[in-house]
Amino acid sequence: MTGAIDPIVVNLTVFVLAIFVGYHVVWNVTPALHTPLMSVTNAISGIIIVGAMLAAGPQPIDWGTALGFLAVVLAGVNVFGGFLVTQRMLEMFKKKPGKEENKGH
Amino acid sequence: MSANHVALAYLIASVVFILSLKGLSSPVTARRGNAFGIVGMALAILTTLTLTENWLLIVFGIAVGGSVGAVVARRIQMTAMPELVAAMHSLVGLAAVLIATAAVHNPSAYHILTAAGEIPRGNRVELFIGTFVGAITFSGSVIAFGKLSGRIGSAPVVFKGQHWLNLALAVVMVLFGVGFMFSQSWTPFALMTAIAFVLGVLIIIPIGGADMPVVISMLNSYSGWAAAGIGFSLDNTMLIISGSLVGSSGAILSYIMCKAMNRSFFNVILGGFGAAEGAAAADAGKQKNYKSGSPEDAAFLMGNAESVIIVPGYGLAVARAQHAVKEMAEKLHAKGVNVRYAIHPVAGRMPGHMNVLLAEAEIPYDQVFEMEEINNEFSTTDVVLVLGANDVVNPAANVPGSPIYGMPILEVHKARTVLVVKRSMATGYAGLDNDLFYMDKTMMIFGDAKKVVEDVVRAI
Repeated sequence: MTGAIDPIVVNLTVFVLAIFVGYHVVWNVTPALHTPLMSVTNAISGIIIVGAMLAAGPQPIDWGTALGFLAVVLAGVNVFGGFLVTQRMLEMFKKKPGKEENKGH
Repeated sequence: MSANHVALAYLIASVVFILSLKGLSSPVTARRGNAFGIVGMALAILTTLTLTENWLLIVFGIAVGGSVGAVVARRIQMTAMPELVAAMHSLVGLAAVLIATAAVHNPSAYHILTAAGEIPRGNRVELFIGTFVGAITFSGSVIAFGKLSGRIGSAPVVFKGQHWLNLALAVVMVLFGVGFMFSQSWTPFALMTAIAFVLGVLIIIPIGGADMPVVISMLNSYSGWAAAGIGFSLDNTMLIISGSLVGSSGAILSYIMCKAMNRSFFNVILGGFGAAEGAAAADAGKQKNYKSGSPEDAAFLMGNAESVIIVPGYGLAVARAQHAVKEMAEKLHAKGVNVRYAIHPVAGRMPGHMNVLLAEAEIPYDQVFEMEEINNEFSTTDVVLVLGANDVVNPAANVPGSPIYGMPILEVHKARTVLVVKRSMATGYAGLDNDLFYMDKTMMIFGDAKKVVEDVVRAI
């Protein structure tokens, strides 16, 4: 064995391990929260904004950075929209004060 | 910031995203989970901002997109959540395409250049993958959005040779991808992107309305893979980790939805289910008798019962009846009736859709049960009220030879009395007649779910 490890191999390692983590974490999500799960993963996939920011980053501004800028706007909708709508939904799942006693103990 | 500091900040963000999903394992910890997600995203964005020269412009872009997202998130009706989620998938897909295009134009922005000033071959393959997954996600989600919001018909569009056409297009697309890998030139890149946009449309049009829970989960998954693909192209491990989390989440949801319909993933994706089975229902032909009643009859039956289970379906969402249902349940509670809710995994147009609607109406989640939890209880229940659900309560699922044979159903037919609120005797999505409606213990109540429930509330 000679030479450095290709970044693709490192990326692949991370990728496979992340799928395992995702698999085990998501199976534990309660079915009642599957819709919030989808909206929060919507927000998390907005992480693509990082790529968009790097594309929009360099000077001088040309059509490449313009595309990056547009992608920043699109992903921004996802990030904010996703987390806020998830929060709104999860507020609804909050136990209402006073209802606690109604449950048979 | 040095590259190492950036990488460490990204690592923290990735861990926080994992904790965010972990929080959703229970409604008690879920809000904390969402907060984790926000923290991770803020960290990722702020860190990345230090790497950019046009940071003012970028902050402006985030503010524009963010305000649009915030306004939509605040205004959206809970019944319209499936459309919103589909629209958001499409944005991720389009962003992935734009980023990949920008990367081909100016690879130095991502430090993915070889000494010779070219994009390394491996990164080209990854750019290709990120782009076509993104493009399919985009156009597929646009179609799904159209179907869900009623802007285009939700009936499956099928034509002869459809699957061969898709296959041929996919092969041509991959060939252009290979061409791009060797040449790094624009023509094959543009062509494969165009084909991927077309493919996204073709993949989603044959899938009918009630299979939407699978479609939307699948597109959820794709949007994650698109993000991961971009992460590969840019050698960014945080994008890979977050994208894979989302991708596996969507894949698991698709699996759960398929299982709840007892259909294979390919069967759903190849589509055309509703159209193919319509004929089977037509030959049932012979006149069968059913009993129909009024909301007042329903109020009387439920008011005198000891236990009532409510089975909500898509009809409840369409009629926006969740608040009326809550009012009805409260009145019944006041009379000492034990009211519970039974939710089939594919009820509604996306996973967990019914739970959110009931939660919106402030129905406590400990009265809401999943299929496995409550199926044994039907035989000891006095009255079951089916609100706008059909195939998920069809006992034909227990009859060998039926098109839905083997599909797990809510065993409503075992209850003492069954009340079914429906707009007409029309068949459900599977095009099957439902024997439940003709049983002696069943009473049909025709009308819009909301109106019927409101009448019941008045009569109790």
